[in-house]
Amino acid sequence: MTTQATGKPLDRVDGRLKVTGAARFTAEWDVPNLAYGAVVSSAIAHGAVRSLDVSAARKAPGVLAVLTYENAPRLQPIPEKIGETQFRGEGGITETLQPLQTAAIEYAGQPLAVVVADTHERARYAATLVRVAYEERPPQLAMAAARRKTLPEMFLGNNKEKLQVTVGEPKSALAAAPVKVEQVYESAITHHNPIEQLATIARWEKRGGADFLTLYDTTRGLEVLQEVMATSLGLPKESVHVICPFIGGAFGAKGWLYAPPLLTAMAARAVGRPVKIEWRRQDMFAVAGQRAATRQTLALGATRDGNITALQHNTQTHSSLSSGFTEPCARLTRMLYAVPNIGFVHQLSHLHLPSPCPMRGPGETVGGWALECAIDELATELNLDPVELRLRNYAEKNPETGKPWSSKNLRQCYARGKALIGWDARNPQPRSMREGTQLIGYGMATTMYPAGRREAQARATIFADGRALVQSATHELGNGAYTIFRQISADALSLPVERVRFELGDSALPSAPTTGGSTTTATVGPAAQAAARAALEALKNLAISDPASPLSGAAPTAIEAREGRLALKANPARGEEYGAILRRAKLPSVVATGGAKPGEEKEKYSFYSFGAVFAQVRVDEASGSIRVARLCAVYDVGRLMNPKTAHSQIIGGMAMGVGATLMEATHYDPRNGRAVVRNLADYHVPSCADTPDMQVEWLNIPDPHISELGARGIGEIGCVGTPAAITNAVFHATGQRLRSLPLTPDKLMRA
Amino acid sequence: MHPFQYQRADSADQAVAAVAKTPGATFIAGGTSHVDLMKEDVHHPSLLVDVSALPLKQIAAFEGGVRIGAGVSNTAAAYHPDIQAKYAAVSEALLAGASVQIRNMASMAGNPLQRTRCPYFRDPAQACNKREPGSGCAAIGGYNHVHALFGASAACVATHPSDLAVALAALDARVQTLGPRGPRTIAFPELHRLPGNTPHLDTVLEHGELITAIDLPAFAGRSHYLKVRERASYAYALVSCAVALEMDGPTIRRARVALGGVAHKPWRVGPAEALLAGQLPTEQLFQAAAKAAFADAQPLEHNAYKIPMGRNLLVRALLETSGLQPLQGPAGTAFAASVGGVAGQLATPR
Ligand SMILES: Cc1cc2nc3c(=O)[nH]c(=O)nc-3n(C[C@H](O)[C@H](O)[C@H](O)COP(=O)(O)OP(=O)(O)OC[C@H]3O[C@@H](n4cnc5c(N)ncnc54)[C@H](O)[C@@H]3O)c2cc1C
Repeated sequence: MTTQATGKPLDRVDGRLKVTGAARFTAEWDVPNLAYGAVVSSAIAHGAVRSLDVSAARKAPGVLAVLTYENAPRLQPIPEKIGETQFRGEGGITETLQPLQTAAIEYAGQPLAVVVADTHERARYAATLVRVAYEERPPQLAMAAARRKTLPEMFLGNNKEKLQVTVGEPKSALAAAPVKVEQVYESAITHHNPIEQLATIARWEKRGGADFLTLYDTTRGLEVLQEVMATSLGLPKESVHVICPFIGGAFGAKGWLYAPPLLTAMAARAVGRPVKIEWRRQDMFAVAGQRAATRQTLALGATRDGNITALQHNTQTHSSLSSGFTEPCARLTRMLYAVPNIGFVHQLSHLHLPSPCPMRGPGETVGGWALECAIDELATELNLDPVELRLRNYAEKNPETGKPWSSKNLRQCYARGKALIGWDARNPQPRSMREGTQLIGYGMATTMYPAGRREAQARATIFADGRALVQSATHELGNGAYTIFRQISADALSLPVERVRFELGDSALPSAPTTGGSTTTATVGPAAQAAARAALEALKNLAISDPASPLSGAAPTAIEAREGRLALKANPARGEEYGAILRRAKLPSVVATGGAKPGEEKEKYSFYSFGAVFAQVRVDEASGSIRVARLCAVYDVGRLMNPKTAHSQIIGGMAMGVGATLMEATHYDPRNGRAVVRNLADYHVPSCADTPDMQVEWLNIPDPHISELGARGIGEIGCVGTPAAITNAVFHATGQRLRSLPLTPDKLMRA
Repeated sequence: MHPFQYQRADSADQAVAAVAKTPGATFIAGGTSHVDLMKEDVHHPSLLVDVSALPLKQIAAFEGGVRIGAGVSNTAAAYHPDIQAKYAAVSEALLAGASVQIRNMASMAGNPLQRTRCPYFRDPAQACNKREPGSGCAAIGGYNHVHALFGASAACVATHPSDLAVALAALDARVQTLGPRGPRTIAFPELHRLPGNTPHLDTVLEHGELITAIDLPAFAGRSHYLKVRERASYAYALVSCAVALEMDGPTIRRARVALGGVAHKPWRVGPAEALLAGQLPTEQLFQAAAKAAFADAQPLEHNAYKIPMGRNLLVRALLETSGLQPLQGPAGTAFAASVGGVAGQLATPR
């Protein structure tokens, strides 16, 4: 493989399409004869529908149908598992409540009816005419008071991610520790709020006499959605086709909750026409998933010279009545420091609130925040520099499993981060630095993200005109997938990037997993390479067996691909261009598929990315306003495929971390469970004025074990670490420990 | 959204007549507030009379002050040299509000007439006497983080969200209207009402009464606006404060103070104003005024933080307006108004 393209800061290949509006997002597909659905959702959080009066809606202009639980098609239950992922039960990923199957109501905003009309406006208006009478029961909305509390065993059924773990004897070690810190950290419910709202278009047709469903959906899990739709609707998987070439941001949403596409498919079936449902921003606070609130108790024990001897991390979090999703808050706790006695517990309260799902850095973002704030508190207790305390407890291997790291260069991240922010020039005394009316503070935190890799397939086609196409059913979330997979494919094909296209976003393409967990580069990259190589092999065989080829009769191993040609390794002059081989054979193209999956290295090593984030803040104490002055971060994420798109991913993640720290929170009414914050004027995401210049560097040290590319994922690590760095900086500025996210101005006023 | 009629008015008289004779009709100017509420199923106008093309777009000298046409955009008013120079609080309040795009659309009449940001008002499934008289107030006993400290009632604890209105109240602006019964002038502090038992009525305007202009009376002092919010830009005020000081040599001849984000209307604080008049500006005096301003505050479950925040804000606004402390940015800009400033390093360390 050459590395002409990978590692270069190639511009986004879909950038032009996006800024000119030519990139087609789900709601924009022009499907003939389209009808429009509008959803009526529950005003209450717990109880049942007593009656639904749809007569006025039914009679409204343009209305084609009104679906309710009384007349909607019946659905099969959500499967127990898809692939490796547990769907149902405690620790499972999704909501099992299938839409419009029952009168029961489990959360406010639960869909109760779909009104279908010939225009979007008529559907929306008619939806306001549906009258629902409820049988209301008191909802359970507080974690502590929940009737159903559980201790889920595993996260998503993954036996390597147990949620209740004890290593060593944390209890007695804590009791014996000469220095202790024990604090409670709380984080609010937050929402992904991607700019593109949820949308689905469903079209039914008969193919070979059987039902066939085409879905355009805002999904980052084509194949999983295909399976959920097929099982729920009682179809063979092959009879569902899912299309999504562009996603306008997901951040963990758009993958694991299925009421929106199911409702659209049911509506389309009922009216015998294609139907589109576009969800409003308000609805996104009920049906699009969220990060649940957490209440985390961190207890640390240490020796006086700063060796952490015990670490106990107990999380209380919540899910809905019919999802077991559990925010896995101990992901850093279990592996970050060389602590002999580690314990953690996750207690899940089932509440009458919408279902949570992963959100950028699930567990890591808020669990890592709590841990890294507690470590900072311990540093203060020990009168030790926060970086020094971390170095004294540096883990040379995974403390839970004992496995060696695939690659870890965190010490370099700390050292470089310190230099970037000017750590040693600060006055370490809390509340000692000022500029005008503002207090200045410095803080830091470690960040990490598990470096996963999964199995994927791809197909490569080399055309007679010398161009190539590589395809895989992965997704473009705005993350740069089109760009880096084109780069990786180009290198694997030994072609310039301009001659290679990469296609994704269609379930008919070779299979790739849901885009999530920062695994896509490490998963789809090697598959694209494998397919490219298989196509080159096929081309080689053509040349070898063609008497007119200069490579005729050569041994396959004696031939290599270089700059669009196949040639003898020993004599590069003897060879020819790819297109020449095909043209002579009168073939338009050669096609091959290839796949890749992790091997035994997965069992031998512990795969993580690492980093260190340093923050400088300015605090206006009189008003409680906190502004981030600087963020400097250094990451050890393996080899970068494209520093430009990587930079965007990282700073985007860090900006989201700023949001999580300073402002993002969704409040539900404490009595009726309705989302009180439900629009982007009240749900604050950081503006440019909240986002400082971010100095980001990476070590760019290839991971020798993850794959030949040496690249680990970078999607989420930026979001992790940033909240604790900022919170710790606020302590340094003010001397106040704020232990409740987000750090809105009222929090400092109360402190 | 419900179906509605739309018509574009060619003259003020025609606009007034069209709304006055049609139950459920409303004016629409920039639409930035009204259309959102229609989409949220909160407003259901039968007829929209578009006043955005009316010739109400002048800013001109008037009786020693300035007359601003009702249709002038928030942007145009904020950057008008006379306003920026002589009525800094107005420019600061405008520029610290909303976003550039919204300010370009928003009109000077529409801004003070925007409706509350109480989230319960915006959700048709929640009880709200302002949206649906008699349905109750879910904010009382609910999540009342952004709600009122002053002048609330058992029927409503909403606050008025406009920044501009706070500055206009402090400067005793006058509202010129044309109603079905002819023109009249309303003192700005009298424009908005307290909720009482009729929280569905935000103002004293009658059905079909059109604002034609807003007058800023002659003013030779210094005015200033400060705003605290949960993000550095593009967010409503948690608490805000407009101050207008007129000096007599070193002493304060007259002080006017209005608070935002604390009541159903811009909240003029008479007791604080009285304390300040005739005194030499000192931090001690300002502390006393701030204490007096919040003496009657009645917090709810989630908004008590506004009391210390508001006191501190008022002290700072007085310090900065009187020159005892420097402004946080050039007068008449968002930087002067934005408490905490923006992220990033300070351009010039203070
Ligand atoms: C996301 C967002 C953030 C915002 N942030 C802020 C902020 O931080 N601070 C702030 O102050 N504002 C903020 N705003 C509100 C914005 O300032 C107002 O929406 C805008 O000023 C309204 O002006 P308009 O011309 O668009 O009014 P419209 O929406 O057209 O009308 C508003 C009301 O005024 C009435 N009306 C309009 N013109 C007249 C007239 N001549 N006579 C009588 N009645 C009339 C209409 O009938 C309607 O009831 C924000 C708005 C949004 C959407």
